[in-house]
Parts: sequence; C-alpha cells; structure tokens
Amino acid sequence: MISDNHSAQSESRSRSGAEKSLDEGFIWLTRILGIGVGVILLVIALTVAYRALPAIQQYGLGFLFGSDWNPVKEEYGALPMIYGTIVSSAIALLIAVPLGVGTAIFLSEDFLPLPVRTALVFLVELLAAIPSVVYGLWGIAVLIPIITNIGKFLNGNFGWLPIFSTAPVGPGMLPAGVILGIMTLPIITAISRDSLASLPPELRQASLGLGATRWTTIFRVLVPAAFSGIVGGIMLGLGRAMGETMAATLLIGNSNQLSASVLAPANTIASLMANQFAEASGLQVAALMYTGLILFIMTLIVNILAEWIVSQVRAKYN
Amino acid sequence: MSNSVSDENPFGSKTGSLKKVKNSPQALFGLAMTLLAGAALTISLLPLFAVLSYVTVQGFNRLNLDLFTKLPPAPGLSGGGIANAILGTLMTVGIASLIAVPFGVLAAVYLSEFSSGQIPRWVRFATNVLSGVPSIIAGVFAYGLFVVNMGGFSAIAGGAALAVLMLPTIVRTTDEALQIVPQDIRWASVGVGASNYQTVLQVVLPAAIPAILTGVTLAIARAAGETAPLIFTALNSPFWPAGFDQPTPTLSVLVYKFATVPFQAQKELAWAASLILVLMVLLTSILSRWATRQKVY
Repeated sequence: MISDNHSAQSESRSRSGAEKSLDEGFIWLTRILGIGVGVILLVIALTVAYRALPAIQQYGLGFLFGSDWNPVKEEYGALPMIYGTIVSSAIALLIAVPLGVGTAIFLSEDFLPLPVRTALVFLVELLAAIPSVVYGLWGIAVLIPIITNIGKFLNGNFGWLPIFSTAPVGPGMLPAGVILGIMTLPIITAISRDSLASLPPELRQASLGLGATRWTTIFRVLVPAAFSGIVGGIMLGLGRAMGETMAATLLIGNSNQLSASVLAPANTIASLMANQFAEASGLQVAALMYTGLILFIMTLIVNILAEWIVSQVRAKYN
Repeated sequence: MSNSVSDENPFGSKTGSLKKVKNSPQALFGLAMTLLAGAALTISLLPLFAVLSYVTVQGFNRLNLDLFTKLPPAPGLSGGGIANAILGTLMTVGIASLIAVPFGVLAAVYLSEFSSGQIPRWVRFATNVLSGVPSIIAGVFAYGLFVVNMGGFSAIAGGAALAVLMLPTIVRTTDEALQIVPQDIRWASVGVGASNYQTVLQVVLPAAIPAILTGVTLAIARAAGETAPLIFTALNSPFWPAGFDQPTPTLSVLVYKFATVPFQAQKELAWAASLILVLMVLLTSILSRWATRQKVY
C-alpha cells in the first residue's frame, strides 16, 4: 500500500473531461429516473384519460349516474359499479377497523412478551402477502358456503330490512366485503400499531402517574394521540379495498344490477374491468377506461389524503 | 390492570389507599377490554391459518413431476400440469424485473445520494402514492400503452404492468438501505479520490446490497402473485408461451381461470398453483425477515 501511495502522489492529476462528464451523466441519469417515478403516476393518469376520451365525449358526467351497462346497445353507466365499490369497501372497513385497531392496541401494549409480539406482528403482515387470487379461490371454497348459511338466517329473520331482502345465491356483496375486510386488516393493523408504538413514552408515564388505569390511558391518552395515524391507516386500507380486484371478482357475483341487499350479487369497478377488458372492443374499451379513470381518481384522492395524514403524524413525533 | 387504582378517593383522603381492587368496575372494564383486544388479534390471525392450511391440504397431493413438466389437460380430461404457466410467470416477472430493478435502484440512489431541496420529498410522496395505485389500474395503463399500440396481448405488456407495481417497493427498500450506510464510508471513498459514480457503484451500493436484494426478492415474489394486471395484458394461453410478443399463460391467471370451471382436474391444478404462489411468497417473506435482522451496520 505504501508503494501505491508513492505512485499516487507522483501521478497526482485532476480528472479528465471524460471522467467529469461520466460523473455528471451518472448523476443526471439517477435524477431523471428519480423524478421518473413521479412522472409514471402522471403517465398512468394521462394514458387512461386519453383512452377513455371517446367515452367521456359520448356520455359526459352522466356516465357516473347511469345504471345500465349494455355493450350490445352501447349504453354505459357506472353507477352500479361505483355503488358496489363503495358498499363492498364499507363492509370491509366495518370488519377490518374494529379488528385491526383492536389488534394494534393489543400488540402495542405489553400484554405478551416482546418476542411473541414481534412474531405476531409478522404473522399479521403475512396476511398481506397472500396473493389476492388465492384469497378468491379460498373464498369460493370456504367463505361462500359459510356466508350463504349466515345469509339464509339473516334473510329468514330480518328479510324485512332492505339490506337483507334477497335470498343468498352464493356470490354477493357480503362475501366480497368480508374477503376485502380480511385483506385490508394487515394495513390497518400495521399503521395503527406503528403510530401507537411511536408515541413518546412520557405520555403513557404521565397518564399512569396520575393514577389512570391501563385502559383509561389507552382510550383517553394513547388512542387520541395516535388518532390521525390510525385514520391514515384506515384510509390506506380503504384505498386498497376499493382497488382490490381478484378476490372481489371471484366472490361478488358480477351482476350489473343495482340492489339494496348485501346478499345479492353486485359488481365493483375493478371486477367489471377484470371481467370485460380482455374481450372488449371499440366503445366498450373506452367505457371501461372511463371506469378505470374513476377508480384511479377515487383511490388517488384516498391515498393522497392518507399519505398526507401519515406523514403529518411522522413529522410530529420524529 | 396492575396499574388499576381505586378512583374513589383520588387524592388520598383518610380512607384512600393505593390498594388494587380486583372487582372494581374499572378493573372489570379493563379485563373485558383486554379480552376483547385479544379476541380481535385471534380473529385477525384466523384467516391466515385457515387459508394456509386449506391451500396446503387441497394443493399438496398434486405436487408431482407432471405439474412442472406438462401442459394443462383439455376440459374433461385428467392429469396434466402447469409447466407453461410457470414458464410464463418467469417470463413476465423477468421482464418486469429487468425494467423495475435498475429503474428503482437508480431512482433510490438519486433520493439518498444526490438529491436536495423539495424534490426528494415529492418523489418519496409519489412513490408512496404509486404503491397505493390499484394493481388493476397498472393493467389498464399497460393495456392502453402497450396492448393497443403493439396490436395484441403480450408478455411484454404484462411485464410492464408488473414493473409499475414492483417499482415503489424497490425504490423504498433501496432508499432505506442506502440511508443506513454510514456517511463515513462515503467520505472515505471521496477522500481517496473516487468520483461520485465510483463512490455509489463501488462503495455505497455494495455495502447496501443485502438489504436491496431482500427488497427486490420481496417485490418479485409479490409481482408473481399479481393477477389483475395480467388478465388483459399477458392474457392467457393453454399452450407453451410462443414468444415475448404473444399471449402468455401465468400461474396467477391460471388460478383465476380455473377457479370457476366445473372440471375437477382444472380445480386441482388451481389449488396446486395457489400452493406454489403462497409458498413462494411466504418463503421470501420469512427469508427477507431473517435477512434484515442480520444487520451489517
């Protein structure tokens, strides 16, 4: 190494022009690709909007409120799918929010030894790793028979309620909502737990020092302090539920009829696209692109809000 | 509940004490809430074990050599395999990796090494938003850009859609991995006369390579399980893949197509393919978990 040092000294020189431009070029390459990540979002939006243009010109905003989807007559309205997307996501959140926040609280407190908790947190994360289509296949084989039986009970005893007014036929809004709930659970749990765990320990110590019980501390101090993080997690879960495709497609029954009953088959925007895109042509492609644009905008708003909320929370406590 | 304190005399009047009262309303409320939260955890984990065990039971007895060497049977016939879909998944995921890995790693290099001001904040924000874009929208995008312009369904279009989904994961994990590399190493490299790209390519990236590989593996495993972006980009085919510009079968689309057919042989293949997908994702998740625990710095 010493001899190396010698030669380096004797050959001391400044960088050649080629080396400098190589260096500059490399920095520029990474800069372009870095900004390119943001540009991809724009390109996605522009591509989908451009391909949807014929349908936008043809149907305008009335597309959002039309309830017919008839490729033969070339009449397209997205209302049943928008309704299905919102209702199935709402069912998903009804299931996932209490379970996810409850799990998050349980795993952020010291009810169990730390190694056990770490393992359980990992297991909850694994729920998010199972491919969506596998949930769908499992849902057909296991979940639908169970929910059909529950649905028969609900329809038999509470059939006078509009939401249980039809006899269950197997696939429908309810099984789809349940599977979406299972799939959004890990996101809600992970983000709620993170925001609970990142609270400064002084909050807990002060509350306990004032004589509050553990659960009073959780409800009056910890959950309110982590509230916006939990809301951010719920919003991210909502975004995932709205865009989730395969499990919903396999379980929702793909009916374009509007029905108030959660036991009846329905459709979401994503499952409509999954079903029809491969065989579509002409104006139908544009109409499907239009629904895709609607879904993109819906999830974009939800996700941007969620990211903003979560980043505010991080900034507050870091 | 060990902290439960009788609330009736908060400021220690004559009768007040710090004795725990086991059956006070507060203690019972605490116990009930603890049980509820524990129940929430149990119910949350139930689907994981239900799905894993059911897929294993249904798919395990079809895991044989035929599965990996033969084509799916014609409707009504038995036997066969899913070799064409395995090859197709390798093709689409391979294309996606070729696009997303260099793109994502270099974008993360920009974020962690060369950026300043407000731009990196926006790029990180865009990365997070991109990771929330529904997978089917990635498919719609690839359909609008590649299928329409190239005149047909192809493995390339499918790969491009998967690349969009892989990109945020790769950017995020690489960004995090690079930020953990100590600043001293960069100074040392620049100190011995290395230029920026030499520092990044020969010093910083190699130091972060285990964590980057972990992120990339995870992204690849997740992409292999994606179905929605492939149904109308790579489409499907009952035959061997005929080329990168032709409709290509994949494991995940095969599960979707065979999930609803009335034939027993196809259903068995769907379960076997599901088992392969689940095993792949689980193993990479566990491995990556194990790998990230072995910290270099």
